[in-house]
Amino acid sequence: MSLKIKDLPEENLFTKGHTACPGCGGAIMAKIAMKVFGKNTCAYFPANCLLVFGGTYPLNAFKVPYLHVLFENSAVCAAGIKRALNKLGKEDVNVVAFAGDGGTADIGIQALSGAAERNEDIIYICYDNEAYMNTGIQRSGSTPFGAWTTTTPVGSKIAGKERFKKDVPRIMIAHDVPYVATASISYPLDLLKKLEKVKNMKGFRYLQIFAPCPTGWRLDPSKTVEIGKLAVESGMWTLYEFENGKMTINKKPKMIPVREYLKPQGRFRHLTDEQIDILQELVKKKWERDLAMAESTH
Amino acid sequence: MMRMVTGNYAVAYGALLSRVDLIAAYPITPQTFIVEHASEFVNDGLLDAEFMRVESEHSAMSACVAASATGVRAFTATASQGLALMHEVLFIAGAGHLPIVMPVVNRTVASPIGIWAEHNDTMPQRDTGWMQVYCEDNQEVLDMVIQAYKIAENKKVLLPIMVNLDAFILSHTVEPVNFPEQSKVDKFLPRYKPEHVHLSPDDPMTVGSFAPPEYIQEVRYQTEESMLNAKKVIQEVNDEFAKMFGRNYHGMVEEYRTEGADAILVTIGTVTSTAREVIDEYRAKGKKVGLVKLRFFRPFPIEQFIDIAKRTKAIGVYDRSISFGSGGPSFIEVKSAIYGHTSIPMINFLAGLGGRDVMSDDIELMLDKTLEAAKTGKVEKDVVWIGTRGVTP
Ligand SMILES: Cc1ncc(C[n+]2csc(CCOP(=O)(O)OP(=O)(O)O)c2C)c(N)n1
Ligand SMILES: [Mg+2]
Repeated sequence: MSLKIKDLPEENLFTKGHTACPGCGGAIMAKIAMKVFGKNTCAYFPANCLLVFGGTYPLNAFKVPYLHVLFENSAVCAAGIKRALNKLGKEDVNVVAFAGDGGTADIGIQALSGAAERNEDIIYICYDNEAYMNTGIQRSGSTPFGAWTTTTPVGSKIAGKERFKKDVPRIMIAHDVPYVATASISYPLDLLKKLEKVKNMKGFRYLQIFAPCPTGWRLDPSKTVEIGKLAVESGMWTLYEFENGKMTINKKPKMIPVREYLKPQGRFRHLTDEQIDILQELVKKKWERDLAMAESTH
Repeated sequence: MMRMVTGNYAVAYGALLSRVDLIAAYPITPQTFIVEHASEFVNDGLLDAEFMRVESEHSAMSACVAASATGVRAFTATASQGLALMHEVLFIAGAGHLPIVMPVVNRTVASPIGIWAEHNDTMPQRDTGWMQVYCEDNQEVLDMVIQAYKIAENKKVLLPIMVNLDAFILSHTVEPVNFPEQSKVDKFLPRYKPEHVHLSPDDPMTVGSFAPPEYIQEVRYQTEESMLNAKKVIQEVNDEFAKMFGRNYHGMVEEYRTEGADAILVTIGTVTSTAREVIDEYRAKGKKVGLVKLRFFRPFPIEQFIDIAKRTKAIGVYDRSISFGSGGPSFIEVKSAIYGHTSIPMINFLAGLGGRDVMSDDIELMLDKTLEAAKTGKVEKDVVWIGTRGVTP
């Protein structure tokens, strides 16, 4: 029986009063995730937007206990909480790290890899807004090809990011952990199913959730959900799960032209036809790679 | 029970006797054996602790911070580069009032890469909110691990602490050590039950919230207050330990033959043992010299040094580390402590850097120069480098 939206509790554990920007995909992610995980949860937040908009002392929008230590140690801090709770006989508590893409793909990947290799009994969520948003839109390893950020500015010589997005879920699959999945705030039923699943599993669970950032993407804040859908339909972001050695694609992309996805976003405004062609080719390759992996593991 | 053990074994056994709940550690020479012994204790069922074999020291300290914030007794150990890598995380434990105990096997910090005794790893950590104690022998190492938890977990303190031991000179040297009985240690050091911090869904608490300037200054003040409170607690714990186990380390500093001394030498770490012998020889010859063993570097024994300075004519301070452009850290601190209370001359002696042996000749030179200063009331050079090629001391 899969979880439906009407099954979710009324009460928000990520409540009103937070200071996220209008249309923040990260805030949508936090609200949904906390509804599924429930009160019996300890959270870890590294330095990122979520930590800052979630509360400034003495205010706090979270109704569960949480810890912040630093930026790059989310996985090991969550693991430390979990081990300590086990020692105290509180084995049933969900321990969840909510890290950004920068805190995951870049500076936090060492601690993440270590915790995954040890199969620490935690849930690690990477909400992916494709840049360092908290510090003002700098590129991360998760920023897509071509995107403008403040550190990949549109100059006369070089315009936008020159490398494609780092495929962290694949890196996590290589760790052979119990569960790796990608999701998106634009597909709430798929997201709920995955959140519910990780909640009821043991061992290291990795979930990367696509979370558009209208501020950083130079996007109309009312288009957060829409842009997330275009990402999946164009193949920029694939929804899949990896479990028991098998990869399952949850939504086959229509492979609409990537141009449709780029158009509403100011961060891609400068792209030349040639750059768009390069990106289209990269997206095609990524999809073929994902599909090949899904087929070969079944 | 008397056993012949290395400093590293004494550390690991101290953790076992302290019944630590969680260990997170990463190996580095010369600390490796601590991690190995602790692994054996856990795998043999002698110690019931969660053991996180993390992928770095940054993660080791992060795990200890998270576990301590959750409410358990946490332990790690490191040295040199490992401590430098932890630096960023150390502040969180200090300001967060997390009573983690961390033995540090003092080792050279690169460059050049070296593995022998030096205090340039721990000295730069002095402003992180950690207490620091430096040991002279393996017995003191074992005893101080146990005392460290008692000091750190005291409600008036609640600060993390480093228990320091010199690379190889203690870590790898076998010495007779009296192992206290578990039942006695249990009585001395009860289970850790924090009231100030926990992470538990039945009583939600935010730990480490983003904070504006309106609140951070008070947090700084509280850490300082705890440091100052620790001075009294260190003495109380020392005295209680002495009563129960019969070994007295005299708290923040230990004075050795300082009565009527014209010149006093301040030492830190294992050099103290060599200095004791030279002091005995000088005293036998009628030379009025005394020794102060600097044990706690944080909090710093300011009051003790004011008192000591008033009873002598010159002070020499030995350092196994240097704050480039200023002098040895202990020298700077002692000088600052006694400022305004007396104007006796002071000299700094730098020796044994990078793990070079400090011999009795070197100590003699320190004593002679300090005696000379006591006689003339003057010093030629504030900072004296001993045994350095091309440099006249
Ligand atoms: C060691 C360290 N380096 C840099 C920073 C500054 N910093 C804070 S948050 C952040 C970016 C966070 O990006 P991401 O993880 O993607 O989360 P987002 O803010 O985008 O949600 C950076 C660079 C820091 N806090 N710590
Ligand atoms: Mg981000």
